[in-house]
Amino acid sequence: MRGLVVIKAGPAIALQDLGRPGYLAMGLTRGGAADVRAVYEGAALLSQDPHLAVVEMAGTGGTFDATENLRVALTGAVMTAQVDGSAVAWNASHALPKGARLTVGPTRSGTYGYLHVGGGFQADPVLGARATHLSCGLGALIKTGETLPVGTDKGKTVGMTLGPEPRLDGGTVRIVPSMQTSDFDEEIRRRFEETEFRRDPRANRQGIRMDSEGEGFSNPKALSIVSEVIVPGDIQITGDGTPFVLMAECQTTGGYPRIGTVLPCDMPRVAQAPAGAALRFAYVTLQEGAAIEARANAELRALPGLVTPLVRDPAMMQDLLSYQLVSGAVSATHSPLDEG
Amino acid sequence: MQDAPFLPRIRSVGLNGLLVTFGDKATDAANRAAIAFRSAVDGQNWPEVAESSSTLVSAFFRVDLSEHRFDDLKARLSEILETQDWRAATLPTGRALWTIPAVFGGSRAPQLAEAAEAAGLGVAEAEAALTAARLRVLTLGFAPGQPYLGTLGEAWNIPRQVGLTPNVPAGALVAAVRQICLFTKDTPTGWRHVGQSAFACFRPRSETPFPLAPGDEVRFISVTAQELAGIEAHNGDGNGGALREVLG
Repeated sequence: MRGLVVIKAGPAIALQDLGRPGYLAMGLTRGGAADVRAVYEGAALLSQDPHLAVVEMAGTGGTFDATENLRVALTGAVMTAQVDGSAVAWNASHALPKGARLTVGPTRSGTYGYLHVGGGFQADPVLGARATHLSCGLGALIKTGETLPVGTDKGKTVGMTLGPEPRLDGGTVRIVPSMQTSDFDEEIRRRFEETEFRRDPRANRQGIRMDSEGEGFSNPKALSIVSEVIVPGDIQITGDGTPFVLMAECQTTGGYPRIGTVLPCDMPRVAQAPAGAALRFAYVTLQEGAAIEARANAELRALPGLVTPLVRDPAMMQDLLSYQLVSGAVSATHSPLDEG
Repeated sequence: MQDAPFLPRIRSVGLNGLLVTFGDKATDAANRAAIAFRSAVDGQNWPEVAESSSTLVSAFFRVDLSEHRFDDLKARLSEILETQDWRAATLPTGRALWTIPAVFGGSRAPQLAEAAEAAGLGVAEAEAALTAARLRVLTLGFAPGQPYLGTLGEAWNIPRQVGLTPNVPAGALVAAVRQICLFTKDTPTGWRHVGQSAFACFRPRSETPFPLAPGDEVRFISVTAQELAGIEAHNGDGNGGALREVLG
């Protein structure tokens, strides 16, 4: 079988993709990769469809052996990576020849790293997607000893890189007002914007608790609300005044008031902030948010044109001859001036 | 007492869509309005709407607000809102009526007596009320396919218990705030465990992964613990002996 044999699996690695839209009415949230941008970056590096499944790795990756010649790409949280013991670049695509061993080690910055393969990881789609959604019983964590089947790869190019948008160390996250924002007193909203939060270590794909000094952000007016629609990025304020940013596997409805909603294009920054990283929230208007998001979506679509050849260490040149570095078929938008 | 008049509100939900709300309390009328309004808008097949849903009191339309202007869609939804009194609207056709066997009380549903007492009813009376009620799927949520069923009589406006029951099993009927919830999976809860069915609310690999839909009607019939065990022994499809009829 064409695939990757999992010699050693990290404790929290699983297949993801862009999720399962279309089931909100049935109580199933979209799910999918925590850092959607990383999925698009990997697809750009391998010149393939961003809907193909990837492996999401939290904390550490694992050890994988190729059963056939494969192409791989690494994006998202930066982790140590080696092919047959030689370090390889993150945010880049690489050849993984038959029998070669890819080792992805602990995270150096960020939270969620991504392993992509040319042709995508294959698995029987459930409800139209391959995304693992543990709390709903869809899929399972990847275990040592399994073989991850890989689809047919139409591409040939490896050794490409893409400068990632910086997003791995917290920072300022833009939010728009949401359903219950106006139920929070102005003083609370102002304090919320001025507060520097720390990502709590108790975080998962459902939600991330935001820690801060001082008093909480609950508002008596906002306490008793009817359970209402949740979208990923909603910041709910629990009864004791603690904010939680709701992530890809959030529930579809919930009874805590929302003080705002993170722009979809800033969700990777929230997802990737490591435990303890500082985060701030800044309101933009709905109109401003729409314009920012539209620009970000245009950037995602333009990613395939931004990949450039990796400048390789001569010590690693021995494997170059066996692979076509820049294939004409994928570089129609690629500036020849960028080629080394 | 009549509810104070509530003017429907249209709000944005992040950049993810528009929410049309028909009440600030979970009333039956607001829920009917949400279901009927969602169905009416869905019937228009607007290309901007990627999908829709309904909650206890609102209809939600998922729209990419970075591509489509909120104000434009709000205006178009307002036009439909004004065509009728949605709180008095008839529910859409084609809904299903489900009859679901369940055990009430005993070791399979140990909190029936406690719930009955909170409702000021005897145990037999409580069971009779729960099996006589024709309930509606008010909304699905918390877990995939999991229905919140209503609306029980005023006596059943019982609060959630203070502590959580650590693990109430899938298929459980739990009661609080004039509603019954039928659990998709084992769940810690403050709602009281009054009945137990073998009905699977989420069947991801079947042709009907979500058997229930908002607006469907549900009634429970009482079976013995032995009868439920018999159903469970042959429950490969997860249907738990339930019967589905289409409402005209």
